[in-house]
Amino acid sequence: MTAGAAGRARSISPRLAGLLLVSPALLVIALFFIVPLGLSVHSAFTDKAGAFTLAHFAKSFEYYGNDMVFTVAIVLLSCALIAAVAIAIAGYLTLGEHPRTKAALRWLYRWPLFIPFVVTGQVMRTFLAKNGMLNHVLVGSGVIEPLAAQSLLDWRGIVIAFVWKQAPFVTLLLAGAMASVDPQHVEAARNLGAPRWRVLGGIVLPQVRGTLLVGLVLSFVTMLSVLSVPMMINPNSPTMMTVDVAYRISTHGDYAVANALCLVSLLFGAAGAWVYLRHAVRRAEQVS
Amino acid sequence: MSAGAAPAPSLPRPSGAVARAARMLLRAGAIALLAFIIFGPLANLLLWAFAERWYFPGKIPQEFGFAFWGRVFEPRGGAVQSLVTSIWIALLTVLFCLAVAVPAGYALARLKLPARAFILLLFLLPQAIPNLPIYVNIARMFYELRLNGTVAGVVLVHASHGLVLAVWIASAAFAAVDVQLEEAARNLGAGPWRCFTSVTLPLAAPGLIASAIFVFLESLDEFTGTYFVGVPDVTTLPLLMFNASMGGNYQIASITALLLLVPSIGFMLLVERFLKSDVLAMVGR
Repeated sequence: MTAGAAGRARSISPRLAGLLLVSPALLVIALFFIVPLGLSVHSAFTDKAGAFTLAHFAKSFEYYGNDMVFTVAIVLLSCALIAAVAIAIAGYLTLGEHPRTKAALRWLYRWPLFIPFVVTGQVMRTFLAKNGMLNHVLVGSGVIEPLAAQSLLDWRGIVIAFVWKQAPFVTLLLAGAMASVDPQHVEAARNLGAPRWRVLGGIVLPQVRGTLLVGLVLSFVTMLSVLSVPMMINPNSPTMMTVDVAYRISTHGDYAVANALCLVSLLFGAAGAWVYLRHAVRRAEQVS
Repeated sequence: MSAGAAPAPSLPRPSGAVARAARMLLRAGAIALLAFIIFGPLANLLLWAFAERWYFPGKIPQEFGFAFWGRVFEPRGGAVQSLVTSIWIALLTVLFCLAVAVPAGYALARLKLPARAFILLLFLLPQAIPNLPIYVNIARMFYELRLNGTVAGVVLVHASHGLVLAVWIASAAFAAVDVQLEEAARNLGAGPWRCFTSVTLPLAAPGLIASAIFVFLESLDEFTGTYFVGVPDVTTLPLLMFNASMGGNYQIASITALLLLVPSIGFMLLVERFLKSDVLAMVGR
């Protein structure tokens, strides 16, 4: 293979050298991901005497069944909205014909990308409140009556915060993928008289489906485990499962039910994770 | 958002100038709306940060001032202490991550590995599963090991999270170094270590620096892991912000949030020069 590898081969085999170099990183992953995951499974399925039990799951479903539905509904709705926003913005960036609008759009959309979730929670907490800037602007511009102003700090607030924070991430991925679509395909369709929305839906989108899927899966998994946003925007029931997990631990010290809840959310994430891992490993193998 | 959509074909065709003006207005309107959606919430944060008094139904604060800034930065406010803790933790996390990720990234980029696909999968796993069960149980493990509420414990949690990203970026950085340059150095008699330190490493340095910045920011912004592992003794800036917000002190929370935004946004404006967008998209979560 390479000169470096050949050089090492004189002393130790390159495979062994590679394994040695990777092993510290693998050890960290094993200690801080695999072991805790195993602990989680163990704790969720055993009772105080150490025997196998499903009681923690029964309790989870009994107490927090509503929150499970609430969590999945919120995350799926957020994903759908994120996809719509990302397709619209990335689509205009790719197919739009007005350079200054495109430049403005490109500069604008990515601001929330690096803003941490915990800051997003605080920002939305003030913006969406009854006395927040959103209502002032809506009332001031005559869109709604002053009495119609209401706080959006419930499920809507969580969805808005999630979309605000995650849509730029998916847009960035999608715009990158769309930029590498062969421009001749687009031109051919445009010359045949197809309007831009049909070019987007019929030609560009099918070619970037994989990227969109990966972006949405990563967002899905991320949103499933965000604690700060639901805690700051909508801490009361029904709320998201992350809040329930934190509550079980900080108030009851009840790791068993907390872990059962964790495993349920892990199960929700697993389907998406499978899709992502398959895609990512395939791509990584193509590169190397 | 497709602001530039063509005018509806069923309408009687307006003169070219009118249609152009209408489309121009539509585009400007859409951009203005998006600007409000993006910057409105941030503007609200700024108002709170400089609000001396702000109660219902005032549209903007009744009084502006810096009194709360003084309270945040006085020793009892805890912001300076938290900032120092946060930066110290982030620096240690970067050191730990690079020490582990540089050899792993080199091996993944350049050496033959047995079960390569499986190893790649392991390095992807932490990104693809919800992190909450991990944090909850690391907190339990650390409680047994007496690492809870210590800087070392928080650094380990942040590092295990940042490591995945660091390994991927380091691997990409090494893969981009031209093999012929290494071969040339070896042909001129450099040993493998000399070749690595004086050819490969300097050429991969920009990518490695980028990965260090990512890990630093991830650590600075991390909340959930610190929430479970750091309590009660380690208060980072995100935790301070969260506590102030939950305690109803919006001024303090907003000022702390601003402190957190400075590195994030500064980074966003700088980083595009030296990283591709798909790597860029992996951060800030």
